[in-house]
Amino acid sequence: MARWVPFGGAVLVGALAALASALALPPLLAFAAGALVGLVGAAVLAREPAGPVPAAAQGAKATMPSTFGRALIEKLPTPLLVISRTGRVSYANPAAADALPRLEAGAHFAHLIRVPAFVEAVGATLADGEERRVRFSTRQDQERFLEARIGLLPPGDAFGPEAQGIVQIEDRTDQRRAEQLRSDFIANASHELRTPLASIIGYIETLQHHAREDPDARERFLAIMAREAGRMQRLVDDLMSLSRIEMTEHVRPAEEWSLTEIAAESAAALLPVARRQGVTLAIEVAAGGVRVRGDRDQLGQVFTNLIDNAMKYGGAGAVVRVVEAAPARAHPNRVGVTVEDSGPGIAREHIHRLTERFYRVSASSSRDKGGTGLGLAIVKHILNRHGGRLEIASEPGKGSAFTVWLPRSEGGEGAAAGDVPEG
Amino acid sequence: MAHIVSAFDEDLVQIQARISEMGGLCEELLSKALESVQSRDPVLARQVIERDKALDAMEMALEESAVKVIALRQPVAADLRVLIAAMKIASTLERIGDLAKNIAKRAIPLSSAKPVRLTTSIVRMGRQTLTQLSDVLNAHASRDVDLAVQIWNQDYEIDELYNAIFREVVTYMVEDSRLIGVGAQLMFIAKNLERIGDHTTHVAEMVHYIVTGKNLGDDRPKGEPQGLEFLTD
Ligand SMILES: Nc1ncnc2c1ncn2[C@@H]1O[C@H](COP(=O)(O)OP(=O)(O)O)[C@@H](O)[C@H]1O
Ligand SMILES: [Mg+2]
Repeated sequence: MARWVPFGGAVLVGALAALASALALPPLLAFAAGALVGLVGAAVLAREPAGPVPAAAQGAKATMPSTFGRALIEKLPTPLLVISRTGRVSYANPAAADALPRLEAGAHFAHLIRVPAFVEAVGATLADGEERRVRFSTRQDQERFLEARIGLLPPGDAFGPEAQGIVQIEDRTDQRRAEQLRSDFIANASHELRTPLASIIGYIETLQHHAREDPDARERFLAIMAREAGRMQRLVDDLMSLSRIEMTEHVRPAEEWSLTEIAAESAAALLPVARRQGVTLAIEVAAGGVRVRGDRDQLGQVFTNLIDNAMKYGGAGAVVRVVEAAPARAHPNRVGVTVEDSGPGIAREHIHRLTERFYRVSASSSRDKGGTGLGLAIVKHILNRHGGRLEIASEPGKGSAFTVWLPRSEGGEGAAAGDVPEG
Repeated sequence: MAHIVSAFDEDLVQIQARISEMGGLCEELLSKALESVQSRDPVLARQVIERDKALDAMEMALEESAVKVIALRQPVAADLRVLIAAMKIASTLERIGDLAKNIAKRAIPLSSAKPVRLTTSIVRMGRQTLTQLSDVLNAHASRDVDLAVQIWNQDYEIDELYNAIFREVVTYMVEDSRLIGVGAQLMFIAKNLERIGDHTTHVAEMVHYIVTGKNLGDDRPKGEPQGLEFLTD
């Protein structure tokens, strides 16, 4: 294999080719990895007087001979890590800094990704120089499916006296999620749609035969068919919105909003429904208030679903209140809004299952009230995306309280002084 | 001013890296143990049982190197805390591995028994336990005290889940005595998960101790133990 020298165009081209074949990288990546020659060389050289090995941020600041190579690597959307013999991250590009939240200068790579298959593969490649590929999943807020390619940058002047590992990480989460969703969707939807569909088909047959000449029966049956068709439509709508939310679940929302304001607006939009159902809907949240990072429409849907349930299961004469939650020890740095009702309450054994798809305390009561069994599943998925939590407190006979907790956005107004780290 | 990366610093880095590696193996053991319960897969269960040995070996190796570092370098204050906490975390993780192994052992007889719906609840409890474990390992890797305290405070949720499952399983066994065998296995699995939750809070305490030098105290919110009154109504 070619010897690595930190200068000289011809050598660089040769190095690119060598690396491309070593890692079987697509051409662009191989090119970028070649550009790393200058970068790593610089980082390693800069370390001698300066101390700890620079990673991402510092690495970028170190003096580097190849601005071209640097620019290329830094712009690369794929996370790249260079790992020293002792397992320390000696270089990481900005894409890696985005993808790996615990990345720090000189940190050991096992703190970033500790999946045994990955740890073992890196160790093995550092030892024998063979290229390896591993697929694995990690959890940081959500589950992610990753594929890593691990190769060896040979020792030489450019890389310092020792060989180092180079790791390229591809995120396959979207692909996996799409596959998973498709099969879940088919299973759930077909199961739930079958009942109303069977009923509609039954009435059609009846109308075609016995009830052909019976105008009374026809009216009655058509009304039932319309109701069942409506149920199918709500189901399809909910399933579609659930699958849309799941597709965005690992994308962090970018905008900031006041949580209480969103709650108040969703509640206000339901006032006419409350009036029709004979429910008192009290909106006791103030405008302004603490800001959270979120998707406005999705957070609106959270409150719509919770208030809709509170009114639906509370029934005529019920009181539903939308209030700001008092700060709680179990939820540091989060803001909460509670939807409370004076309804029948929920027995303890059901509470932890309510956010499952299609879980209902009473299937018949939910169906009579036009429920799909997906409202709280949608709430849960939206809150997952927002790094939030749903807290459910309820006791039979004493009503229910559903509290939405979301992380305060950093620097959001109203953050208590104690939350700001000193110095 | 140049900070010299001393051999001692390198020792500390390596010992803490081993904690993350042990943690990764624990996550894998628990996740596969749950999968073996859910998909009634005795082959996977046996793999988990076999793989737990690696965790035991890692714990021994870690303890050995921590003791060696303490003896050779006689660290004080923060560095000593890191080493003591590392040994405690390692032994806690080893116990978590044992509990995961025990879950896998119970998956073997369950795989040939009649499938029961209760399994779903238990696997769900297991996933929540796994999330807490992952979170605490993240808190350790990033020295995130806030996250550690949050996990420490949230363990009562797992206690509640355990109580709910306890009621579910007992009711189940009362209704049909042929299910007592399966019910008992499921109950032990749930209990193991609850214990893993407790161990997780212990790791959270250690993260707090490493960073602040203080103990978290013992007024952790806990679920009330479940009585048997529900059987009479
Ligand atoms: N405020 C509430 N009071 C009592 N039970 C509730 C309340 N909210 C939800 N539930 C229970 O939780 C189940 C799931 O709720 P959800 O996912 O919104 O589906 P549904 O379409 O059935 O309303 C409901 O079927 C109901 O049994
Ligand atoms: Mg609903």
